[in-house]
Amino acid sequence: MVPSYIPLSYYLLLSGFLFACGVVGFLIKRNIITIFMSIELMLNGVNLSFVAFAAHWHALAGQVFVFFVMVVAAAEATVGLAIIIAVYRTRETLNVDQVNLLKL
Amino acid sequence: MNPNLNLWLIPVLPLAGAAINGFLGKKSSRQAVSTVALVFSGAAFAMALWVAARFSSLSLPYQEFVAHWIRIVGFRADFAFYLDQLSLVMLLVVTGVGFLIHIYSVGYMWDDPSYYRFFSYLNLFMFFMLTLVLANNYLVMFIGWEGVGLASYLLIGFWFTKDSAASAGKKAFIVNRIGDFGFLIALFLLIKHFGSLNFDQVFQSISPLGAETAGAGVLTAIGILLMVGAAGKSAQIPLYIWLPDAMEGPTPVSALIHAATMVTAGVYMVSRSHVIFERAPTALAVVAIIGTLTAFFAATIGIAQTDIKKVLAYSTVSQLGYMFMACGVGAFSAGNFHLMTHAFFKGLLFLGAGSVIHAVGGEQDMRKMGGLRSYIPWTFLTMGVATLAISGIPPFAGFWSKDEILWKAYQVSWVYWGIGVFTAFLTSFYMFRLFYMTFFGDYRGASAAAHDSHASETHGHGEPHESPMVMLVPLMILALLSLVGGLVGIGNNFEHFLAPVFGTTEAVETASHGTEMLLMGVSVVLAALGWILAYVLYCSRPDLPQKIADSLGGFYQALVHKYYIDELYAALFVRPLIEGSTRILWQDVDRKIIDAAVNDSGDGARQVSDEVRRMQSGNIRSYAGWIAAGSAAVIAFMIWMGVR
Repeated sequence: MVPSYIPLSYYLLLSGFLFACGVVGFLIKRNIITIFMSIELMLNGVNLSFVAFAAHWHALAGQVFVFFVMVVAAAEATVGLAIIIAVYRTRETLNVDQVNLLKL
Repeated sequence: MNPNLNLWLIPVLPLAGAAINGFLGKKSSRQAVSTVALVFSGAAFAMALWVAARFSSLSLPYQEFVAHWIRIVGFRADFAFYLDQLSLVMLLVVTGVGFLIHIYSVGYMWDDPSYYRFFSYLNLFMFFMLTLVLANNYLVMFIGWEGVGLASYLLIGFWFTKDSAASAGKKAFIVNRIGDFGFLIALFLLIKHFGSLNFDQVFQSISPLGAETAGAGVLTAIGILLMVGAAGKSAQIPLYIWLPDAMEGPTPVSALIHAATMVTAGVYMVSRSHVIFERAPTALAVVAIIGTLTAFFAATIGIAQTDIKKVLAYSTVSQLGYMFMACGVGAFSAGNFHLMTHAFFKGLLFLGAGSVIHAVGGEQDMRKMGGLRSYIPWTFLTMGVATLAISGIPPFAGFWSKDEILWKAYQVSWVYWGIGVFTAFLTSFYMFRLFYMTFFGDYRGASAAAHDSHASETHGHGEPHESPMVMLVPLMILALLSLVGGLVGIGNNFEHFLAPVFGTTEAVETASHGTEMLLMGVSVVLAALGWILAYVLYCSRPDLPQKIADSLGGFYQALVHKYYIDELYAALFVRPLIEGSTRILWQDVDRKIIDAAVNDSGDGARQVSDEVRRMQSGNIRSYAGWIAAGSAAVIAFMIWMGVR
């Protein structure tokens, strides 16, 4: 197997792009589920940079950390989806602009 | 080596009485309250007598250390006491006259609802006055000095529900602050230049210094500032205005504080500081001039007053002027001699006046008295003795002391003597005026029948009646003292007694013995003239005074209104102060600057918040936007820092 060498910056650019997509999606979408997916996208963007750095520096810690992030993200997805269902049941909408009871 | 006299007990005993009556008196009976007050003030007097009995065996000055107070590098002041001939005289006068007045007050104040409060204050006053007298440094003296001011304030305003009494108390306190300010600065100067406030050390370091010449120096400044303090406490020009108003207090208070003891504190302080004054001729001249002017002006005002206590108040101011005149001409022992005799006869006059007021049911206007001698013969007799004494008729006490002062004054300048002897004439006149208006002629008060109909509601006053024995006995003792008190001055005995304190001043007798006799004759003749004039105007021809008053017109009005000094001070000091405080400090500084700053910062915070709260829209995506923007800002900042 020929060791293919891809420079670190490629990974970082992709990671940044994914993260930016997540941010933009978070900001412009109204549907809660889409927003939720954008969060996952951001997390995975970050994960990618972790792994890339881990490989680059031959350090294992970054990879270990990614596992932590994935576990937390899974837990968060569970709780998040439960909240979304609860919101939908009470408000009958998934539009965040209408879920604004936090306002004074 | 001196035995331990436990001198500290003398002031502390009345303090204990004050504390007991102050804390427990409200629930105790009047008998218990008066027992406590009398026992503790009497014990102080007994102890003073005991000290006096052992006095000749002491090596003087006797000093007693009680406790540390201030000890810093280069300066120390302790709680310590000092006894010499001068403080012994003051000690005996204060405890003796004070004890008699305590006895008198038992009768005078019996019907007052705040009986215990009165005696608590009175004992407290004794404590501070004795501290003042026995102090061994200026700082402990200052404690007493301020303390008697406090007690005076409390007792003048004793009937504080009466508006005039409350403001008289305030006036006394505030005017005294001016004097105390001068005193305090003098103390600071003493610390700065002599590094101590102990009498011993200060006088030791001053003694080698020569007299300061016409140009001012430190000692002159200290002397004049001390005199400012004395003028406040002892009611001299220009700070005498509080004393006449202080007559709002109960009469025993006027007798004890505003005649016999507290007001003489200034004379005592100046005498105590004689080492300073003797080396500052300018300061000494200031003392003499202030004293002489005060003696004269107060006497002229006294002529036209109709309130019996006001006459006595101005008389006190005038007599204190004599004492300062004596100090000012360097005759400190003569001043203290007069201080002592004055304590006897003026205390007696005030107590007698109290007895008169008691007899006529609270009336103080002499125009509504008259003919009282048959109703209250004992008061009449004792007050007669006091009147003779203050007028300087031999052989009563006032004659000896006043003549001593006039004689010493004459040796310095005949001007002092002239004004002094004329004042003696005025004194004799206004005192006999008081005497005749009160005791002779017909009773001009409300008629006896009218009195009787109100008898049940008022204090049961029908006809004027004599006071109880508890009030009369102090009168008689003081009358005896006014009669014989002056005899200790014969042959300069009193002066010799005080000579260790003041040094011997009699070496220079510029005038002959014959001159002394002549001057004495002149003053007695003038006193007699004043008596006769008062007799003619107020006894045999009672219609004359009104005619004379009418013919004098404006001048008489000026006398009645005390030369409009109160009005002058009001216009010069009080009103500018009130106006300035109201317009500038309150309406401008306080409302426009301080209040405005507070209100504007509050309004500003609210307006900013009104804008900023729009951020909290409740819209999740806007929050996310802020987070994103904030993160971007942080990253930008870090990049910028990193680049740098």
